[in-house]
Amino acid sequence: MPIELKGVTYTYMKGTPFERTALNDVSLTIADGSLTAIAGHTGSGKSTLVQHLNGILHPTKGEALVDGVSLDGKGKENLLARRKVGMVFQYPEQQLFEETVAADIAFGPKNLELPEEEINRRVRSAMDFVQLDYETYKDVSPFRLSGGQMRRVAIAGVLALEPSYLVLDEPTAGLDPRAREELLRRIAELHRKKKLTIIFVSHNMEDIARMAERVVFMHDGRILVDAPPSEAFFAEAEMREAGLAAPPTVALLSRLRAAGLPVEADAFTADEAVKRIAKALQKKKGTLC
Amino acid sequence: MAFIEIEDLCFAYPSERDERRMALDHVNLSVEEGEFIAVLGTNGSGKSTLAKHLNAILLPTSGVCRVAGMDTRDGAHLWDVRQTVGMVFQNPDNQIIAAIVEDDVAFGPENLGVPSDEIRRCVNEALTAVGMTAFQGFAPHLLSGGQKQRVAIAGTLAMRTKCLVLDEPTAMLDPVGRKEVLDTVRRLHRESGITVIYITHFMEEAAAAQRVVVMEGGKVVEDGSPKEIFCRVDAMRKRGLDVPLAAEIAWRLRKQGIRLPEDIVTDEELAVALCR
Repeated sequence: MPIELKGVTYTYMKGTPFERTALNDVSLTIADGSLTAIAGHTGSGKSTLVQHLNGILHPTKGEALVDGVSLDGKGKENLLARRKVGMVFQYPEQQLFEETVAADIAFGPKNLELPEEEINRRVRSAMDFVQLDYETYKDVSPFRLSGGQMRRVAIAGVLALEPSYLVLDEPTAGLDPRAREELLRRIAELHRKKKLTIIFVSHNMEDIARMAERVVFMHDGRILVDAPPSEAFFAEAEMREAGLAAPPTVALLSRLRAAGLPVEADAFTADEAVKRIAKALQKKKGTLC
Repeated sequence: MAFIEIEDLCFAYPSERDERRMALDHVNLSVEEGEFIAVLGTNGSGKSTLAKHLNAILLPTSGVCRVAGMDTRDGAHLWDVRQTVGMVFQNPDNQIIAAIVEDDVAFGPENLGVPSDEIRRCVNEALTAVGMTAFQGFAPHLLSGGQKQRVAIAGTLAMRTKCLVLDEPTAMLDPVGRKEVLDTVRRLHRESGITVIYITHFMEEAAAAQRVVVMEGGKVVEDGSPKEIFCRVDAMRKRGLDVPLAAEIAWRLRKQGIRLPEDIVTDEELAVALCR
C-alpha cells in the first residue's frame, strides 16, 4: 500500500502577517517499493512536503494517508500509520545524545516498549546494516566518531524502528566523497534487499540521477516535474524555473555536444558517459569532421 | 615573509592528548597574500581544525601559526588576527545573529568600536561587494541559503578582512546557491585581491582555485595546482577523495587508448581536446 498526499495545502502561521503557503494543492502517490527523489531550491516546499509524510505536519487542507490510514488523528491506527514512516532529518548526527552508540540506536525501540531481546536484536541488525561492527562500536561514545560514522549511527537509530517507508532529508550533505559513496550504496541496498520504500530529498543532482527511479521537482509549493530521471533532467525550462541544474554528466555531455561532438547526453554515471563519448568518437572518425 | 605561515603545527583536542591521534600533525604551510587555495580531505582529516587556527579559535598545541606576522598565541594581537582573517562556516543559520541583514553585517565593526557613519559606509560597501544591497532591510530568515552565506561573507568584509576562510560554505546549499557563493568568492578574489582559503568536498569548486592542498590524517599530503592534483586520479581515489568529472572522464578515455592531454580538469578543456 502506498503513501498518498491528496490535495495537500499547508500554510505556515495562518492568520498572522507572516502567513505563507508552503504547499499548494499537492497530490502525490508514493508506490510501495519505489525509490523517489525530491529536489527543489531552498524554500520550494520540499521539506514541508516530506514532513507531511509521517505526520510531523498536518495538512491545512487535504489529507495525508499511509496504507489508506490518515496520519492526522489521535487514534491507535493513526499512530501506527505514522510509525510506518521513518524519518532521517538533515544532519541527523546533531540529534545523537546518548553516551554509547548502542544506547543511542536503542532509544527508539525502547520507546516502543519492546522487550529487551528484541531491542538488542534490532540494534545489532541496524548496526550491521550500516556497517558498524557491533562489538567494536557498541560502547563507544557517538561523539568520538567521524562525521560519516555519526551519520550512520543516526540512520541506524531510525532503521531500528523497522519502518516500511524511509524518508531521508539531504542524506549526503557534508560527507566526503567516500562516505557519500558508501552511504548511497547502503541506501540502494535497503531498497533492493529489504524492499524498503525510499523517499529522499537532495540538492545533489548526481546522487538523484544515479539513485532515483522517479524524480519530483518542487517549485513554489507545487510539483513542477514528476518523471523518471531520463525525462526530468532534460526538462530544461522546468529545471531553470525550479532553480536546479542538470547532473554533472548531463552538463558535461551537453557541453561536448555544443562543441560539435555527436554524443548522446543521457548518461548518469561516469561509466555511461565514457561509453557515450567513446561511441561518439568512433562515429566522428567514420564521418571525418 | 608569507602572509600566513604555519610551522610544525600540532594540535590535539583536549580529550585525546595521545600521540597517535593528533588532529594536526606537524603541518607546514605558507600562504601568500592574494592566493586562492582550496583545501580537500576526508571528514576527520584536519581541514576544519586547521581553519580554526587561522583566526585563533584554536591555538597550537605545539608549533607556530602566524597571520600577517602576528603569532596567534599572542593575546595582545587576538583581535587584530580575527579582523585580518574572517571565517564563514557551513551552516548559515548558525552564524547570523541579527534580525535585519544590515544589522548583522554591522555587528563586526560595531564591536570594533568603529564610528557610526564609518560603520554605515563599511556595511554598504560590504553588501555591494556580495551583491546583497537590495536585501539590506530584510529579515535573514527570509533569505535563501546562498543569500545567507553572502550576508555572512559581507559580515567579514565589513571588518575589512584581508583573508576569507570558508569551511564548506556550500555543503547545505542548492545548486543555484552553490554557484552564487562560489561566484561571489571568485569575484572578491579577482577584484579585491582578497586571500581565500576554501574548504570543500566539491571537486569542481576546488578546480576554481589557484592551488589545492590535500590533507590526510592531520597532515598536508599534497600541495599543487588543480591540474597537478587532479591528474592523479588513482592517488586521489586512494585517499577517499574524488576528482572533477571532466578529469575522471579524460583519465578513463586515456585508459581506453584515446589520446588526450593529461591536465584536463574542466568541461571546457575536455570539449576543446575532444573536438579539435
